[in-house]
Amino acid sequence: MELLLQQILAGIATGTIYACIALAIVMTYQTIGHLNFAQGEMAMFSTFLAWQLIQWGLPYWTAFALTVALSFAGGVLIERIVLRPIHNAPVLSHVAVFIGLLAILNSLAGFIWDFNVKPFPTPFGTAPLIANGFIDAHQAGMIAVTILLLAFLYGFFRFTRVGLAMRASANDPVSARLVGIRVGWMAALGWGMAAAIGAVAGMMIAPIVFLEPNMMLGVLLYGFAGAVLGGLGSPAGAVIGGLIVGVVENLAGTFIPVVGGELKFTIALAIIVAVLVMKPQGLFGRPVLHRV
Amino acid sequence: MTPLLQVRDLHASYGSTRVLHGLDFALEEKGVTTLLGGNGAGKTTTLRALCGMIERRGEITFAGRSIARASTEDIVRMGVAHVPDGRGTFVRLTVEENLELGAITRRDRRAIAADLERVYGYFPILQKRRSQQAGTLSGGEQQMLAIGRALMLRPRLMLLDEPSFGLAPRVVQELFAILSTLNKDEGVSLLLVEQNATVALDLADHAYLVETGRIVFSGAARDIRQNEKIRRSYLGY
Amino acid sequence: MPRLNNPRVTLAIIAVALVLPLVIQNFLTFQLTLVLVYAIAIIGLNLLTGFNGQFSLGHSAFYAIGAYVAAMLMDKADFPYAMTLPVAGIACFVFGFLFGLPALRLEGVYLALATFALAVATPQILKLSPLEHWTGGVQGIVVNKPEAPFGLPLTEDQWLYYFTLLITIVMTVLAHNLVASRTGRAMMAIRDNPIAARSMGINIALYKSLTFGVSALYTGVAGALGAIVVQFVAPDSFTFFLSISLLVGLVVGGVGWIPGAFFGGAFVLFVPNLAESFSKGLSGAVYGVMIIVLIYVLPTGAAGLTRAASRWWRAKA
Ligand SMILES: Nc1ncnc2c1ncn2[C@@H]1O[C@H](COP(=O)(O)OP(=O)(O)OP(=O)(O)O)[C@@H](O)[C@H]1O
Ligand SMILES: [Mg+2]
Repeated sequence: MELLLQQILAGIATGTIYACIALAIVMTYQTIGHLNFAQGEMAMFSTFLAWQLIQWGLPYWTAFALTVALSFAGGVLIERIVLRPIHNAPVLSHVAVFIGLLAILNSLAGFIWDFNVKPFPTPFGTAPLIANGFIDAHQAGMIAVTILLLAFLYGFFRFTRVGLAMRASANDPVSARLVGIRVGWMAALGWGMAAAIGAVAGMMIAPIVFLEPNMMLGVLLYGFAGAVLGGLGSPAGAVIGGLIVGVVENLAGTFIPVVGGELKFTIALAIIVAVLVMKPQGLFGRPVLHRV
Repeated sequence: MTPLLQVRDLHASYGSTRVLHGLDFALEEKGVTTLLGGNGAGKTTTLRALCGMIERRGEITFAGRSIARASTEDIVRMGVAHVPDGRGTFVRLTVEENLELGAITRRDRRAIAADLERVYGYFPILQKRRSQQAGTLSGGEQQMLAIGRALMLRPRLMLLDEPSFGLAPRVVQELFAILSTLNKDEGVSLLLVEQNATVALDLADHAYLVETGRIVFSGAARDIRQNEKIRRSYLGY
Repeated sequence: MPRLNNPRVTLAIIAVALVLPLVIQNFLTFQLTLVLVYAIAIIGLNLLTGFNGQFSLGHSAFYAIGAYVAAMLMDKADFPYAMTLPVAGIACFVFGFLFGLPALRLEGVYLALATFALAVATPQILKLSPLEHWTGGVQGIVVNKPEAPFGLPLTEDQWLYYFTLLITIVMTVLAHNLVASRTGRAMMAIRDNPIAARSMGINIALYKSLTFGVSALYTGVAGALGAIVVQFVAPDSFTFFLSISLLVGLVVGGVGWIPGAFFGGAFVLFVPNLAESFSKGLSGAVYGVMIIVLIYVLPTGAAGLTRAASRWWRAKA
């Protein structure tokens, strides 16, 4: 029983990371209508930036803030430079471009920082949170950071004019133009925010999975699973989906005999396929609208 | 005095389908002009071309500046509000958010709040539904919302695509009274596309007849109203 | 879309293909064999994506299944190598058909997502410890290189090249005929306008899963051939990046144009090496930049280029 509780809590902790990636995926999906397969590599690259800044002697939280800002700018630039020119192109061209981006970021990171696994610091420490508590300080910190991030995003979208404009652009780009919103820039902003969210997720997960250019492939897959579970149209759903996926992963790893620990990706695959088959609109999403 | 809106030789197409073949028309400052014509004549397309929603060619001057190459966003920011065909409701946002979006390019917060109250004054039903998802409004309510949203821009020129569509006759009367007030008291110019020629000609001072992407007749609204031949052959009443 | 339906052009290409291994080095012959193998896999992907409008980032999984079926049959059951191809093809057809059944209900992005997950999970499944007895775990399986039969005076590489070439020609002709048949027209009708296709009485569900199955069959046969040619299978040869390569090959060759697969196969095999020669450490980045630039300047791939060239040729003549 105690083991179960502990595993659920630990699952929620990693689930927060999946939730962040799922959220980033849903945000780009909402703004450009495509799944960004390079989202994970973008987060990985951001995390390397943070590592570099820390190596150069910056205090953790300064490096953290700087990384988020740089990632935001990077996301905006990628949208403006790489994606804007093809925004009317078919899905396959988008997928190919995302794959190109993925290859570039992956290779660039390996080139600059090599492929050796690096430890990444945690600002929270790794001591148990309370004496024989279920989770350690870093896991608790991860949960806290995610909650703060979500609160910030909620406030931004709910109460600011830019947030309103972004929601309007996602809802109906044509009408958004008709009220004078620069929809193209809203997409760039969405990309920037997604990149920043990914950066936070990367910096939070790196102390656990360690830093290396391929660290995010699995996380991305779980992020996708979370996004699909929540329905691609719903940011809140993506967060809940990510948490559920984290818990399921942890429980399966612990309680499935023999191969539990080896099934990481397979579980994500099973979740994605099962959700898509049984409830394609996700647990919280609206029905998928087919454009004819 | 140069007109507020001057259009010369306007062409427009959807992909390879050409729809407008060289329209010329003008709209005086503080004037009300109506475009009349049958289904598929190209009225909606004309409005879309004016505010850059589709590919177009020709000269378009608004308030002395060429807008033939301007983007939709920039044209809106110059004070052109479009009540589009199909209403263009943000269905997932609330009614009040829809209205706020009408004023999203404005900075004067206090005036915006006052304008919101004014729109609620014109359309009390919207106030009752203010925090409801706009997609759940009835068709007529969404039409009011679209017009209210356009008003929130404090436009110099309003492009109205069949504003009476789906509204009960009494509401149409009220709506046209409101449009008349806007025009007379606040000097908003109106470019009105209507199937309902009677109400349109009552409000308009100038009218154009559009047929398969060309202007086939233009004149003072009063003259058209009284010209039986045109009414018969083009307007069918 | 341009067709290589000019018999003289086709014959000339085949003649060159027949003579080539006699005049080039063994290693280059080996590489050309791999180009053919990738071309078969890309034709499979093209049938699915180009002609039926379904996306897949998971074809590395089918390729892997084909390769493992062949390797296991040769390693454990002493199957003659040529006989492993039909078995691998059928296994992949069945798996593809079954995966295609639920995938049916999925539109574009969702299908891409499900197949992406399949691609990422495949190497891990192949490594599972309970399966290690058959799959060889992380180590994989080594298979023997077949020698030329009937005492033909050919090196092993040359023989494998001719063997692969024969299979490639057969599979290409079959794909051509499939696309030109009633079935092919139904596949394309579904791609272009599913609602109209349904109203014409086409059973969309059946055709979509069948196409998925046939596509997997092609890629599975390619996988089996690949295993025989490379003499080795291991989980990490069949990662998500193989799917990417096949997709890139498809886009490069031209979506919906069967001969494009040969351009795509060559691109997939040679361009990463080329990128590596630019800069060893940055080869992935160079490759990525090439993909993106290609999408910008040549969105229709080799198909568009060939079409433009043949138009130019005819205008000149
Ligand atoms: N999105 C589109 N794509 C292709 N053709 C279109 C599109 N929209 C309109 N058309 C065509 O352009 C022509 C003019 O259409 P338009 O909507 O401007 O007519 P209208 O005068 O507004 O008619 P109505 O009174 O019925 O609204 C029609 O023949 C129509 O089929
Ligand atoms: Mg119309």
